[in-house]
Amino acid sequence: MPFDLNVMPTTFDLVHAGLAALALLLLLSTIALALVSVLAFRRRPQAIPLESSLSVLKPAVVTTPEPVRVEPPRPVVVREATPDAALQLLGLFQQEARFIDFLKENISGHGDADIGAAVRIVHEGCRKVLQQHLDLEPVRTEPENSRITLPKGFDASAVRVSGHIVGEPPFTGTLIHGGWRVTRIHLPQLAEGHDARVLAPAEVEL
Amino acid sequence: MSESRFSVGIDLGTTHSVVSYVPLNETDGEQASLRVLDIPQLTSPGVIGEKKQLPSFMYQAHEAELVPGDLVLPWDGQPEAIVGELARQLGSKTPIRLIASAKSWLSHAGVDRRSALLPVQSPEEVRRVSPLHASTAYLRHLRDAWNQQFPEAPLAEQDLVITVPASFDPAARELTVEAAQAIGLRQAALLEEPQSALYSWIQSSAGGWREQVKPGEVILVVDVGGGTTDLSLIAVTEEGGNLTLNRVAIGDHILLGGDNMDLALAYGLRAKLQAEGKRLEPWQVQALTHACRDAKEALLTDGDLQEVPIVVPSRGSSLIGGVLRTSLTRDEVNTALVEGFFPWVELTERPVTQARTGLTTLGLPYAQDARITAHLAAFLTRQVGATGDLAGFGPHTGQQFLHPSAVLLNGGVFKSGLLANRLLEVLNHWLAADQAAPARLLRGADLDLAVSRGAAYFGYVRKGRGVRIRGGTAAAYYVGVESSMPAVPGFAPPLEALCIAPFGIEEGTQADLPPYEFGVVVGEPVHFRFFSSTVRRDDVVGTRLDWWPADEVEELAEIEVVLSSEQHRPGDIVPVHLLAYVTEVGTLQLEAVAKEGGQRWKVEFDVRSDNERTGVAA
Repeated sequence: MPFDLNVMPTTFDLVHAGLAALALLLLLSTIALALVSVLAFRRRPQAIPLESSLSVLKPAVVTTPEPVRVEPPRPVVVREATPDAALQLLGLFQQEARFIDFLKENISGHGDADIGAAVRIVHEGCRKVLQQHLDLEPVRTEPENSRITLPKGFDASAVRVSGHIVGEPPFTGTLIHGGWRVTRIHLPQLAEGHDARVLAPAEVEL
Repeated sequence: MSESRFSVGIDLGTTHSVVSYVPLNETDGEQASLRVLDIPQLTSPGVIGEKKQLPSFMYQAHEAELVPGDLVLPWDGQPEAIVGELARQLGSKTPIRLIASAKSWLSHAGVDRRSALLPVQSPEEVRRVSPLHASTAYLRHLRDAWNQQFPEAPLAEQDLVITVPASFDPAARELTVEAAQAIGLRQAALLEEPQSALYSWIQSSAGGWREQVKPGEVILVVDVGGGTTDLSLIAVTEEGGNLTLNRVAIGDHILLGGDNMDLALAYGLRAKLQAEGKRLEPWQVQALTHACRDAKEALLTDGDLQEVPIVVPSRGSSLIGGVLRTSLTRDEVNTALVEGFFPWVELTERPVTQARTGLTTLGLPYAQDARITAHLAAFLTRQVGATGDLAGFGPHTGQQFLHPSAVLLNGGVFKSGLLANRLLEVLNHWLAADQAAPARLLRGADLDLAVSRGAAYFGYVRKGRGVRIRGGTAAAYYVGVESSMPAVPGFAPPLEALCIAPFGIEEGTQADLPPYEFGVVVGEPVHFRFFSSTVRRDDVVGTRLDWWPADEVEELAEIEVVLSSEQHRPGDIVPVHLLAYVTEVGTLQLEAVAKEGGQRWKVEFDVRSDNERTGVAA
């Protein structure tokens, strides 16, 4: 086929019609992709449940994760953690258990007896926070070091296998750690505009 | 008013309040499914958490102290008052702005309970409120929490029962009802807390209580709350084959409770630390008290535990350096609580009281003797004749005291088997000395929530379903009159007490019209001295006492009547009778009834003014 780049086509033939259709298709798909990514980006801050106004009165509830489904990869696969709930929990640990004080302190110069006394405060307070705000249960209730069998299609996000992983499930192995799972989280509600970044206010006695 | 869906019980406590409720349609006989309301409240500035209890505290914050946006409630962007957990927390660091024990002030006859006096002894600029106002604020919070959870069944339309100590005087009862009415809870009825505890026991036995008590028995209810100890005696009789319960006696108002025990332990530890050369600051003593509460519960419930470590952290951010360390041992708890509050005493022992400096004091009349067993001895001895009028109870000749055959304990402190057993041992020791059979403990009561649960159940009983404890007023009431005798310079004429309301007036009934008349000046407040007796069961309306043993009659706050009428000119003297009746909700009402024409004026309890004028005999 001879190529003459100086000649303009005189009629809108089949080849050009096909080219135009392809260009339109590409344009549309670009717009669609852009829309999806913009939407996904905008949804992130809205996903913070506890920053929402006081009209949300039911405590946030974490449901047990559903089994992983195999889906085609999507443009956004990594979730960003929401800071407010984390700050709130840290604030509770500090308030009840002096958790931040303890972690920020240099313990190398203190004897075990002094550290032990401080740990009582931290342990008792943290325990209270866990009891009040989280419902915890072990993932596996069998005694640790007992032999258990994992059926085919077990939830790999809740049970981590290691060691000699070969063949097909069911797998039989030793339960090393029973795991923990949160079945319900009920954090206190926050006033609109409450600054959760202040984990503990400075205290001034007049 | 639409048909109520719930029976709601409010335990409006000295240190915290609880709301229990039972859905009426799910209730069948003596088996009711009781629930406890989650009460949203500020747990720290800007943070709202849910708790089963609302601490009965109110905090008068300084305007610069908190960010305005931090004071919100789910139902109110600008709550009028800070109550509950946040009030308790802020107040523990700034006591001058904290209102606590409003309930004890409500029953303090020595002050004007409608006047803004709380918090006492704080600087001028702190806004003061009355005990009535504080109680109203707690009730308002509870009402709003309820309405938020049940928007289609507002609290004002439900059956509502509020508990009060059995020893609450008529004025305190009326003020409690007034607080409820002020926020639209017009239907609220009152129930005595020891009775409520017994109702809770009946309800939780699911009908089995009939096998546990027999006619002729007397149940002693000992209710030790956070701030008060309340005693009641309930006799079991039989009528037409059915068991009936009769509340036959109540004890004095004893301001002594679980908080005193925590304080006692903390003071013991402070002495121990001081002996080691450590000086404690006030905030450390407070933290120590707090730590002692948890340690006490651990030691009293776990019999194997010998020692619980107590640590008080420093207030600065350095946690490890400044920790104050000590431990609470089983022996210390035994000595401080068992021997301090429930010592072995003989029946003849009486609580120690010191003469007070007049009736009007600006402080709560705390019990001066912490020995609950001594208070109990006094109560049982004084009430020896409590069952005298009931069928099936023999005469009490030769008996030193009233013999209870069963004991129902209430209050968190009795989670400890040690305290419960000691109380029973002491009582059985007295019984044995009087040749009576030992009393037994009634089991199955929920020690923390029984009062509010019983109140919710009582709402259901009020509808005529289930057994009702009878009793009526547990005291006879008298007004003071000057006896007519020639004037003696320098001596006030002797006072006589005229009975206007006999013992045991039931709800919804009225006493007889007394024959005695008073001349009351129209248009001016006229005061009468007012007395009550929890032991004089045989006085009838019109009985005049010119003498009584010191411990039989107690003076209450004065009562007042103002005759304002179009039919009389100001300054006229109108002869009136004083008539008493008990309302359906359980408050005593006094009325001045004109001898001619039958006009009625309400007589107010608990009023205090300087232009006093005592009623004169007509």
